[in-house]
Amino acid sequence: MKSVINLPLQILVGDDKFRRHGHPLPPFSAEAMEFLSALSQSLFKNSSLRNHPDVAAFAFWCRKANLERLRREHHSPHRRLGRGLVLHITPSNVPVNFAFSLAFGLLAGNANIVRVPNTEKPQINLICAEINKLLARPEHARAVPMIRIITYPRNGELTAILSELSDARMLWGGDQTISHLRSMQTSPRCVDICFSDRYSICILEAKAIIDADRSTISKLVSGFYDDVFLLDQNACSSPHLVLWQGDAYQVESGKKRFWAEMNAFLAIKPQQATINAVDRFVHLCRTVMNFDQCEVSESWQSPISRVDLRSVMKEIDRYKGGNGFFFEAVDNDLSVLQSIVNEKYQTITYFGIKPERIIDRVIGMGLKGVDRVVPVGTALNIGMIWDGYDLIGMLTRIVSDR
Amino acid sequence: MTPPDFSAWLEYDPYSFNSELKRERLSSALLELTEWHAESCNEYKRLINAFQISTAAITQMEQIPFLPVRLFKELDLVSVPREEIFKVMTSSGTSGQQVSKIYLDRRTAAFQTKVLSRLMSHEIGPKRLPMLVIDSKTALRGRWSFSARGAGILGFSMFGQDVTYALDEGMNLNVGEVKSFLERHNGAQIFVFGFTFMIWEYFVKPLLQKRIKLPLSSGVLLHGGGWKKLQNQSVSNDEFREAVSSVSGIERNINYYGMVEQTGSLFFECEYKYLHTPIYSDVIVRRSPNFAVAEVGEEGLMEVLALTPRSYPGHALLTEDLGIIHGEDSCKCGRLGKFFTISGRVAKAEARGCSDTHEISH
Repeated sequence: MKSVINLPLQILVGDDKFRRHGHPLPPFSAEAMEFLSALSQSLFKNSSLRNHPDVAAFAFWCRKANLERLRREHHSPHRRLGRGLVLHITPSNVPVNFAFSLAFGLLAGNANIVRVPNTEKPQINLICAEINKLLARPEHARAVPMIRIITYPRNGELTAILSELSDARMLWGGDQTISHLRSMQTSPRCVDICFSDRYSICILEAKAIIDADRSTISKLVSGFYDDVFLLDQNACSSPHLVLWQGDAYQVESGKKRFWAEMNAFLAIKPQQATINAVDRFVHLCRTVMNFDQCEVSESWQSPISRVDLRSVMKEIDRYKGGNGFFFEAVDNDLSVLQSIVNEKYQTITYFGIKPERIIDRVIGMGLKGVDRVVPVGTALNIGMIWDGYDLIGMLTRIVSDR
Repeated sequence: MTPPDFSAWLEYDPYSFNSELKRERLSSALLELTEWHAESCNEYKRLINAFQISTAAITQMEQIPFLPVRLFKELDLVSVPREEIFKVMTSSGTSGQQVSKIYLDRRTAAFQTKVLSRLMSHEIGPKRLPMLVIDSKTALRGRWSFSARGAGILGFSMFGQDVTYALDEGMNLNVGEVKSFLERHNGAQIFVFGFTFMIWEYFVKPLLQKRIKLPLSSGVLLHGGGWKKLQNQSVSNDEFREAVSSVSGIERNINYYGMVEQTGSLFFECEYKYLHTPIYSDVIVRRSPNFAVAEVGEEGLMEVLALTPRSYPGHALLTEDLGIIHGEDSCKCGRLGKFFTISGRVAKAEARGCSDTHEISH
């Protein structure tokens, strides 16, 4: 094996003695829980937190009470232990994703090498600075050999060396990146957990929207905004297709109310960047010029674009837009899911419909996709069950007695 | 529907319509083109249908649906039978980049040429002048498919004689060749043409380095192709003019704005450094993100409209250039029509999202 010395590596947390990492711990170890809840507290004390709602969301997630809740939820009948060393290749454009990925690795009981994107991100610097402060304290000595956060320019060679050392890899990225990373040599026992490109949709019940009171509709609209616009509709869990339920009249009035509220809400939000508006408009024209069966249902001056489909094309996930671009169709019995869902489908957000109904259909029809059915407003809430994987389960091994 | 025919427009002086007259005539001509493309181009028809646009309800050119210019890189948009296409123009792009494909039939190409020659004779007079091209002959490769660079050179060569290329195949300035060209045409007015960046890189720079000053004070320099690369080197329009003048003595320095998607319909800069809209074309500045029409003096996205695109639906295009309209009919140079400046291109946004590529290295 080649030495990692002389490679263009920048260390943000820990050292570069990657082979000398801490031995694994059981999941939800006191050491990991204490470290993460201390991190939550120190982040909340940091005055620059208010500039970074995404970091605040992470700090809120790893607060003590939530970690305790997660521990109870993940109670296993088996005795488990972390796998060893986890390599995390985290995405360039969701700055706090690396922190969640690291936390999952730690809670599962592993030592971690986290490769963060090679671009300057204030959120990454902020979190790493707090981690470094905590690791300097004697009470977190056990966490020190478990955490390395590094960055380097695109370098397949370095990733390959780190991959050979790893017992598990958390790979976040586009499909092309994932297949490149998967082609690298790893140990025969290494477990890869891949978070590739996904597609997500939303199901709205028209009557529930018509009947919703003021505060319910406001909450719905601001939740939908978070799901879509916080990451320019680029997140895997942001919806691109809205399926409506109800009779023709209900759907029409439901749409009218929902989108009018949405437009009003967008009007008080920061304006979309010019290039994003242009990209969205280009996608709108591209779409309607390519397909016969569609109608534009929002004026082109609006900050969102909507295309009404009489029938949903089978490969609709290939035509996803961004920056507020939606397809809409009616699907009262969820039968559309059967014809469109493939392994790319990740999240269904819903309003006014029972999630069990959707989950029953997914399971009953034996669909290859849809890993997550959650209320509108929670699409981006990442958790320890993600992309259909039980991360604690996958990042630990069972020490069995039978 | 009979194909629109605007050849009668060639009778008029290119800058002779005041705002009222131009609005009336150009709006109705552009509307005729809209109806033509809606009938003749499938993709355009779908767009009109999807947006539920009734062409009968359009009275002003601002209401004409505009296509994002980027779509010509993805779709083959044609408004005449395929067998009538005789030339495909492509935008120049670095290798690997998608290029625009513009499909021309003979009539469209001929009309483009006539419009351009009307505009050119306004700038350099009706006579063909000895022409010096600041480029290499190698830019003219490919017979059926032209790059914008080659097409530009060929297109403008029609207004010159004794067309001489100043650069050799390795893009080196051939000073000897240029000097003997100048001796042949001693004292005559010279038409110098090139792309702004090429002129800077392969003409101005070497001449500055070699401390040569060419006797070109009777020259008219026409150049275009954008400022992006020069802005990267922090060279402004004024610095460019000064440097050109110091190495060649050229004082008449005319920048133009135009694109392969509307070949022939160029906007020339006047002596007050404003780009002008001739009667055959117009510009609208639109606000982001709602694409509403901006005020005079307000920066926004440039929409370009032209009479020339008949074999493809390119008569109203939303570009990704930013510009400002400074007024209409009131430029001190005397040309009627809107006058404007281009300030740059829309900044590329950083993509946000989790499906972004981390590393592909081989």
